[in-house]
Amino acid sequence: MSTLTATPGTPESDQVAPARPAYRVTGRRVLASEWAKLWSLRSTWITLGLGLLFLVAFGVIAASHYKSGLTSGRPMDRDFATATAVSLSLFGTNFAQLALGVLGVLVTAGEYSTGMIRSTLAAVPRRLPVLWSKAAVYGLVALVVATAGTFPAFLVGGRIVTGTPAAMGLGHAGVVRSLLGAGLYLGLVGVIGVALGALLRSVAGGISVLVAALMLVPGLVSLLPSSWQGNIDPYLPSHAGESLFALTHDSTTLSPGAGLAVFLGWTVLALAGAAYRLVRSDV
Amino acid sequence: MIEAQQLTKRYGEKTAVDGLDFTVKPGAVTGFLGPNGAGKSTTMRMVVGLDAPTGGTVTVNGRRYARHRAPLQEVGALLEAKSIHPGRSAHNHLRALALTHGIPARRVDEVIELAGLGSVAKKRAGAFSLGMGQRLGIAAALLGDPQTVMLDEPVNGLDPEGVLWIRNLLTSLAAEGRTVFVSSHLMSEVSLVADHLIVVGRGRLLADTTVQDLVYAAGGDTVRVATSEPARLRDVLSGPDVEITGRIGSEELQVTGMSARRIGLKAAEHGIPLFELSTKAVSLEEAFMELTRDAVEYHGTTSGTETSGSAA
Repeated sequence: MSTLTATPGTPESDQVAPARPAYRVTGRRVLASEWAKLWSLRSTWITLGLGLLFLVAFGVIAASHYKSGLTSGRPMDRDFATATAVSLSLFGTNFAQLALGVLGVLVTAGEYSTGMIRSTLAAVPRRLPVLWSKAAVYGLVALVVATAGTFPAFLVGGRIVTGTPAAMGLGHAGVVRSLLGAGLYLGLVGVIGVALGALLRSVAGGISVLVAALMLVPGLVSLLPSSWQGNIDPYLPSHAGESLFALTHDSTTLSPGAGLAVFLGWTVLALAGAAYRLVRSDV
Repeated sequence: MIEAQQLTKRYGEKTAVDGLDFTVKPGAVTGFLGPNGAGKSTTMRMVVGLDAPTGGTVTVNGRRYARHRAPLQEVGALLEAKSIHPGRSAHNHLRALALTHGIPARRVDEVIELAGLGSVAKKRAGAFSLGMGQRLGIAAALLGDPQTVMLDEPVNGLDPEGVLWIRNLLTSLAAEGRTVFVSSHLMSEVSLVADHLIVVGRGRLLADTTVQDLVYAAGGDTVRVATSEPARLRDVLSGPDVEITGRIGSEELQVTGMSARRIGLKAAEHGIPLFELSTKAVSLEEAFMELTRDAVEYHGTTSGTETSGSAA
């Protein structure tokens, strides 16, 4: 039994040493790893495809609905009275943010639910590079996919509403900014999803908080006394985000720049919470 | 080389690992033994930094795991719980890990072949059997060509061929001068490969020993001897370390602390006829049970540490 026993520094152990290649963990390599991980799952392709589909399809549906509402001569929905080609074609943003946000949650929380996180953090025990890489890789992918959806949605939707009061070309003031703003908003929703997934370490929990923050909280705030509402409402994640891609702004909304700053603030807050939990808690 | 000093982990009231001190040396297979819930997995998770110790330290090759530039090259770990995404193929899983360290794709293919996963490497890991999953975990552990290999219950779910494969793998890794640290709750499994043993129970160190010493500490081997003159044989054999038992009126004696060979020689010297002389080895399983039973019995008192002191 003890015939294999060898003391440190035996010839065998010396032989192993010189042949060893010099591996090293770097930020760029962690990014490459996260990029490879993202694309090696089928759920990524499906969910991104859904997000893209929602953006284009709902934009086109909203535009067609507007057009048919106009021609039928029935009284217009209030929502549609002030509609523009931009607001109609970006109608799908609400649905796309669900798809892209949920995929963001899956990128991090999915590792906890499957146990993959143990492999990931054993490879990168400093941990934080994993969070930054996931946020950067997925945020960028969501931004590109969303932007690839908003422009076709506008081009098709814009054609549909040609000749109506909502008609508007790409050259119209603020249109390109709105379309890019919607892409940026969805990219940041993706990053918030990543952060919430890492913070809560649960797919269900992450999705719940994401949906609550983006869709339920605005409804709850409207129950508050109106004097409070004016102070809170524009700063909510969803409303600050909306001002990124809204064509027109009034006294109750933030300017695109301020909206971006506030929404970035929410994103940073979520990431900071995720980073804290990642560094502090056992996995 | 893994060194733990006063390593402690508490979860609220419960102490999972309680002031462990041990060193796992290179060039040998060290078995990490203990009943279920003894703190083996927690200890291993602390080695690779997945759990932070409540107290004490554990270092790998002189540094905390997270401080190494290429952690996968220092320690390759197979942890008890599944650590893969079921939707990813074995190849893509290993590739993602390899990318973090700049490990070439050639090495990914190498470990896939080494683990015998060549035919299923492109399949979703979620469809793997328990044994296949275990092989994938071992492939991941070997990916960085690590100096130290740490495997938590590696034979779980493996078929006999797989078990044999693991045994050979472990001994060959140790023969290459690597540090090999293997946990198990089965003494019989560990004793086949391990040179050194670290035994824990309820988070405490019970023994840091070799297989032979453990047997000796558990009472050693017993020799059964039958003679027509038991009383005379008793006198001849008696000595400070020798213990002799036997029923009155019986021709049979049980002797511990002296080898069968020496008993035979002594009897011949004094002209005592022997009818039977046979060694009954203490089974390792018994020795292990003995150790861990004490841990359970004396848990919470100082006797637990005394046990480890006398056994080490």
